[in-house]
Amino acid sequence: MDRVVIIGAGQAGCQLAVSLREKNFPGDIVLLGDEGELPYQRPPLSKAYLRDASGSDALRIKPAEFFVERNIDFRADTPAESIDRSRREVALRSGETVSYDRLVLATGVRNRTVTLPNADAKSIAYLRTRREAESLRLRMAQARTVVVIGAGFIGMEFAAVARQSGLDVTVIEQADRSMSRAVSKIMSSFIEARHRAEGVNFEFGAGIQGFEIRQSVAQAVCLNDGRSIPADLVLAAVGVIPNTDLAEGAGLRTRNGILVDRTLTTDDPVIHAIGDCAVYPHPLCGGREIRLESVQNASDQARFLASAIMGEATHYDSVPWFWSDQYDMKLQIAGVPGPDDIHQLSGDPIAGQFSVRHSTDGRLTALETMNQVREHMLARNDLKRTLVAIGSPSASRV
Amino acid sequence: MAVITFEYPDGTSRDVEATAGMSVMQAAKTAGIDGIIAECGGDMVCATCHVFVKSKELLDHLSPPSITEEQMLDFTSERRRQTSRLSCQIPVSDALDGLVVEIPRTQV
Repeated sequence: MDRVVIIGAGQAGCQLAVSLREKNFPGDIVLLGDEGELPYQRPPLSKAYLRDASGSDALRIKPAEFFVERNIDFRADTPAESIDRSRREVALRSGETVSYDRLVLATGVRNRTVTLPNADAKSIAYLRTRREAESLRLRMAQARTVVVIGAGFIGMEFAAVARQSGLDVTVIEQADRSMSRAVSKIMSSFIEARHRAEGVNFEFGAGIQGFEIRQSVAQAVCLNDGRSIPADLVLAAVGVIPNTDLAEGAGLRTRNGILVDRTLTTDDPVIHAIGDCAVYPHPLCGGREIRLESVQNASDQARFLASAIMGEATHYDSVPWFWSDQYDMKLQIAGVPGPDDIHQLSGDPIAGQFSVRHSTDGRLTALETMNQVREHMLARNDLKRTLVAIGSPSASRV
Repeated sequence: MAVITFEYPDGTSRDVEATAGMSVMQAAKTAGIDGIIAECGGDMVCATCHVFVKSKELLDHLSPPSITEEQMLDFTSERRRQTSRLSCQIPVSDALDGLVVEIPRTQV
């Protein structure tokens, strides 16, 4: 194999390049990034980095010299425009083409945007890139009242940081509770209670009509019930959309993500997808197709694919895990909660340490923990054993 | 400013100049030290910035691991020793000048 071209230089794409070289992959590696900087880690962006940007060099997955020393052709600011599968070529926005023997789509996701009257006002911020985090940090220093649209992980983590910085914070959410797609009601309530105790105001089940602006700067968020909530900074954290345009343009199958099999291969045997953009059947969910947005998923898929390209592994099957730090609360999730799981509480929410066990037919599917790191790690080990028990071909490796 | 020495399992080593205020993990990442992965960025959920602290005096000088760090050290890829720490939890100070840490064979 001569050349692996990786589209997307986030956690997944960059880790793949790193892992291929660690495994002494002898061919060319081209890593195409669409941002104007070296690959970096995103998790701190909604947490520590908002308070203190001094660790910006430490966000880099690898320093600049690494890419030169390991002969990785990393190209910043180089978005791909289209894929020609018959010629095995990627067309870049610059007009140049790059040929591939294997192509890896690590295109990630983009933020869903708010489309309402005056939604383009200057003070509506989004948080995904390091530059956005940087700009948000500067705007927080000027702001006093903040409205967060969306009570998902990003919205809740940002609300915690903003409140800790002394800002007045209101979180507006359409659903009747926070993080409702990812955690149980018990966990939502516990975390919301802590936010309220810190002084955060929630508006659940609330729709937004628009924004009051003055000189193109938002002054308030107008709710459907007629109230308006003053804000000199609005963060919209209303979810993401997987970047599937390139795959669709190339005739590859997509369904809320790029469809791959358990080898992370698309319909085209020389094209793979990894990370946030990839939809794949997970053995822990009975083969149900899932798409996960997490560092664990991005890194483990990248490491697996490097092994697979080197002929050392056959099936991807890591145990998914996730975390969210808000104030001094550490929420962790091991496994993948299913739609029909039974929930069982253990521990004591009043003491601030508890877990919610998800199971189907008596078998653990996922464990949510609050400030219980050991229980979380043990659940990850349990789930690894489950993978072995269901006869997953490469589970012995974990 | 403190100079920290990272020793690789093969016996080679690299000296890194670290600034007070960053963590030993951040100093390693900034310098591109292989074997310090720090996938979670310092939140104590991945245990992939595990090190063995070699300088006994400096080890005693460090503030002891928090409960969370203590628990995570039980789940490192290479089995913990008495000298094990998560490098994201060691703040760099001038007093750490001369610190030597050994990088485990595996982090994942």
